[in-house]
Amino acid sequence: MQEKIEKIIIDVLLELNEELESNELQNPTQETKLYGGNGALDSLALVSFITDLEERVSDAFDKDIVLADEKAMSQRTSPFRSVKSLTIYIQKLLEE
Amino acid sequence: MDRVIIITGTSKGIGRDLAEYYLRLGWRVAGCSRKEQTIEHDNYRHFELDVSEERSVVKMVRAVKKEFGRIDVLLNNAGIASMNHFLTTSLGTVESIFNTNFLGTFLFSREVSKVMMRQKFGRVVNYTTVAAALRLEGEAIYAASKGAIENFTQTIAKELAPYNITVNAIGPTPVETDLIKAVPKEKIVALLEKQAIQRFGTFEDIKNVIDFFIDAKSDFITGQVIYLGGVHN
Ligand SMILES: NC(=O)c1ccc[n+]([C@@H]2O[C@H](COP(=O)([O-])OP(=O)(O)OC[C@H]3O[C@@H](n4cnc5c(N)ncnc54)[C@H](OP(=O)(O)O)[C@@H]3O)[C@@H](O)[C@H]2O)c1
Repeated sequence: MQEKIEKIIIDVLLELNEELESNELQNPTQETKLYGGNGALDSLALVSFITDLEERVSDAFDKDIVLADEKAMSQRTSPFRSVKSLTIYIQKLLEE
Repeated sequence: MDRVIIITGTSKGIGRDLAEYYLRLGWRVAGCSRKEQTIEHDNYRHFELDVSEERSVVKMVRAVKKEFGRIDVLLNNAGIASMNHFLTTSLGTVESIFNTNFLGTFLFSREVSKVMMRQKFGRVVNYTTVAAALRLEGEAIYAASKGAIENFTQTIAKELAPYNITVNAIGPTPVETDLIKAVPKEKIVALLEKQAIQRFGTFEDIKNVIDFFIDAKSDFITGQVIYLGGVHN
């Protein structure tokens, strides 16, 4: 499941990057920083990314999830800070 | 292209009338209510749900997007009221009013905006009431829930502006629906007397303002609250 989630995240990032054309997102990996600090996404890009991702994950796992978190905008603990933290977060939502 | 509208609270009252109106204009309409559907039409889809239940709202919005392909307009019409002195208002009443009025508006706005963001087009209309502007005694909780909606409307208008989504609110005067059935006549008369134009509002008055807000030409109109009857803050 983790791999499948990670693959979806990376696919969505690649698609998003067709618009953003950011160097950091050319080859996203587990370690890619997404939001906060030196993350590749600004807050506008983050919301587009999250909405695309929600739909893709919900379709792939046939479960309606909502990616919203009180820590979303925090730099240290946000689930959106890297591909890795986001994968873990989505897995947790799917297992709920 | 067929236009698609979601209207909450379509089993009766203003929401039902609006749903029938947009169906007549050839729109595709999706509506909801806790009780059974009352509209039958090929272009109408009904969802039996409570607007304050996150899962049901998410499911409905995704289903509408899937079937109709887009969502142009959202009318956060579902609402409940209660007339009571605040000293004799139970916590349960406050919770249910805020759940339906504010949480419902929040959840639908959030989910539908996600669809609208991708289209780079959307119109959201929220519902307040003249009771909020007038600080009407006896309606403290109802008016506070609508006051929250007004402030929310104006802030999300900013957050959604980059995506060409406008968010406005309409504040009706009393309109003769079930919502105000239980309010004593003299209270209504006293309220009408506070308006610049002293009559009940009609469904037509509401459609007129909503049609203005959702018009493609109104893309420079956002974060506005329009009260009917010449009431103001
Ligand atoms: N009528 C007025 O004088 C007046 C004045 C100012 C503002 N407004 C506003 O206009 C809007 C419409 O009011 P109205 O007069 O048409 O009221 P209404 O006749 O009582 O109709 C309300 C509609 O909302 C639905 N609804 C209520 N709570 C719901 C919930 N938790 N989940 C899903 N659906 C729900 C109801 O269906 P179910 O009961 O089956 O759920 C019904 O279809 C409200 O926001 C109200 O605050 C009305």
